[in-house]
Amino acid sequence: MAASADTRTKVRGETILAVDNLVKHFPISQGILFRKTVGAVRAVDGVSFELRRGETLGVVGESGCGKSTLARLLMRLETPTSGRATLEGRDLFAARGGELRRLRRNMQMVMQDPYTSLNPRMTVGDIIGEPFEIHPEVAPKGQRQARVRELLDLVGLNPEHINRYPHQFSGGQRQRIGIARALALRPEIIVCDEPVSALDVSIQAQVVNLLEQLQDELGLSYIFIAHDLSVVRHIADRIAVMYLGKIVEIGTEDEIYERPTHPYTQALLSAVPVPDPELRGQREIIRLTGDVPSPANPPSGCRFRTRCWKAQEICAQQEPLLVPQAADPHPSACHFAEVDTRVNPG
Amino acid sequence: MTHATAEPAAAPDATAATPHLLDVRDLHVEFHTAEGLSKVINGVSYHLDPGETLAVLGESGSGKSVTAQAIMGILDTPPAVIRSGQILYQGRDLLTISEEARRQVRGKEIAMIFQDALSALNPVFPVGWQIAETLRVREGLSRADARRRAVELMELVKIPAARERISDYPHQFSGGMRQRVMIAMSLAMKPRVLIADEPTTALDVTVQAQIMDLLADLRRELNMGMILITHDLGVVADVADRIAVMYAGRIIEHADVRSLYKSPAHPYTKGLLESIPRMDVRGQKLATIKGLPPNLMDIPAGCPFHPRCPYAQQVCREVVPPEIPVGAPGRYSACHFAKEVHDGRLG
Repeated sequence: MAASADTRTKVRGETILAVDNLVKHFPISQGILFRKTVGAVRAVDGVSFELRRGETLGVVGESGCGKSTLARLLMRLETPTSGRATLEGRDLFAARGGELRRLRRNMQMVMQDPYTSLNPRMTVGDIIGEPFEIHPEVAPKGQRQARVRELLDLVGLNPEHINRYPHQFSGGQRQRIGIARALALRPEIIVCDEPVSALDVSIQAQVVNLLEQLQDELGLSYIFIAHDLSVVRHIADRIAVMYLGKIVEIGTEDEIYERPTHPYTQALLSAVPVPDPELRGQREIIRLTGDVPSPANPPSGCRFRTRCWKAQEICAQQEPLLVPQAADPHPSACHFAEVDTRVNPG
Repeated sequence: MTHATAEPAAAPDATAATPHLLDVRDLHVEFHTAEGLSKVINGVSYHLDPGETLAVLGESGSGKSVTAQAIMGILDTPPAVIRSGQILYQGRDLLTISEEARRQVRGKEIAMIFQDALSALNPVFPVGWQIAETLRVREGLSRADARRRAVELMELVKIPAARERISDYPHQFSGGMRQRVMIAMSLAMKPRVLIADEPTTALDVTVQAQIMDLLADLRRELNMGMILITHDLGVVADVADRIAVMYAGRIIEHADVRSLYKSPAHPYTKGLLESIPRMDVRGQKLATIKGLPPNLMDIPAGCPFHPRCPYAQQVCREVVPPEIPVGAPGRYSACHFAKEVHDGRLG
């Protein structure tokens, strides 16, 4: 059973992970003696998407939009309130025991903070080799050391450093250790939660290039979660834009960056500073007013309407569906979806 | 502490006739730590005039924040020791005046805002009280007057419903609003110089745009000089007039913003500009700067950037490069091949 995933013929572009209407509500409780639930933070509120073999799906959005909760749900670090996800046709959330272990083997995670996500008391060899303790079938005991050295080499670290501790490495090198650990079980999907945000600019490019190179060599699929839209454009094939627990727009890199139809995507893109002083004052920047509303009490209808300059009566009453739009055929959840010439002239 | 008494080696455009509002000259700062001596600032000079924005750009450990802390006089000494240099504010050297005189400058003449507004604010006092505290202590305003001024300041930084929110605590504000509260506090004494240390790094892009707008407006209205410390080349391109790029405790390139982006004259700056993904440019391959920033306890001989530099020659390993003027007056690059890099004659 475990081997079946490896022997099956793998077609690039076929769906490997399908997420259907995923919901995660965190209860808000009150009272000390008699705790009762008084509400819920709707962190992820009906998210559906597909991940294809060999592609990178970027997930962007501001803090509190639910992108990290989504990652934790997919890793089964959280239990969803409702919804389904199938990994290579098998139900991700129904899996228990041995089956869950096998599914988890196939999907690994790279964390944001390379300083706290590595155990300071373990050597690099132990950190990268630890997954083999749980999945001994991947590398028999005698071969583990050799496999760890191979992994270190793969991510561009010196295999001789196998007995060093995390503090002896820089931030970028630590992130490479995290990537090596994620690769240890030969997964097909890697969920990267802000993998380069904690790194310096000159180091970010090294890690982004490494991720791309590994994808080419190993045919990996990435879910790449980030708030930096420039990095996401660089690495992602398709992009999902999240706002308050929902995907508001999803499409190819070209569709999202060149022809976005959702006002939130447009505002988000226009707010990203472009490193070119010649464009100062020439770029039109859509200024959003106010802050993101609380996910415990999201606005009725369209969740973006409280900050949207297009909002009408209908936006408060009717929730827009994430469907293909007349303005551009990629899905966008807006009643007034259209390409904005301020963001993308011509 | 030792100070250079004679006229120190100043930046090429620093003239004695027209003193700058703020003039940092040849600053050297060391940290004495258990592991050894860390040379954090190795001869930094920059100046600031009223109404202009100077961006100080660098990665972690480049010394950009330590320089700012030295200007503010909030360096922890020990472990820090200011070895030499001058920090002239309106012609007066802040490093030689008494602590009492320094206190008069701090906050009132030069104010600072920090990256993390939540930890910079006191969680157990209402924000209005914290803004007003400065005014009560420093200007001797009555409680009622100070409170009135606090509301004005909160309105100045565009906090909606300032009058109602004055009694709220920091945790009741969003990240962007907290940063506004901190800006209001820093402006309470109408400073002439505002040092903003990564003011938007912790914020989302849409909120970042709001805060940068606000800072630009306030700088214009109040004719403040602003030092913007950042690692974000995008933010710099949007707001700064001049830019100083720091590496291993030195300014390795200084230029007006437009010419720096158009034709960087230092390989490090060039590498940085090529390594950032651009949202408006498609399908580029990211160039990388190989290696790691230097260990400040063991800065490489010669040019500190030479182990990472694709153009390094023998001279780079031996001789510390001087500040070589390139292009417009006041522009310089600390690279032996500054002119060649600037003209694109290398690589």
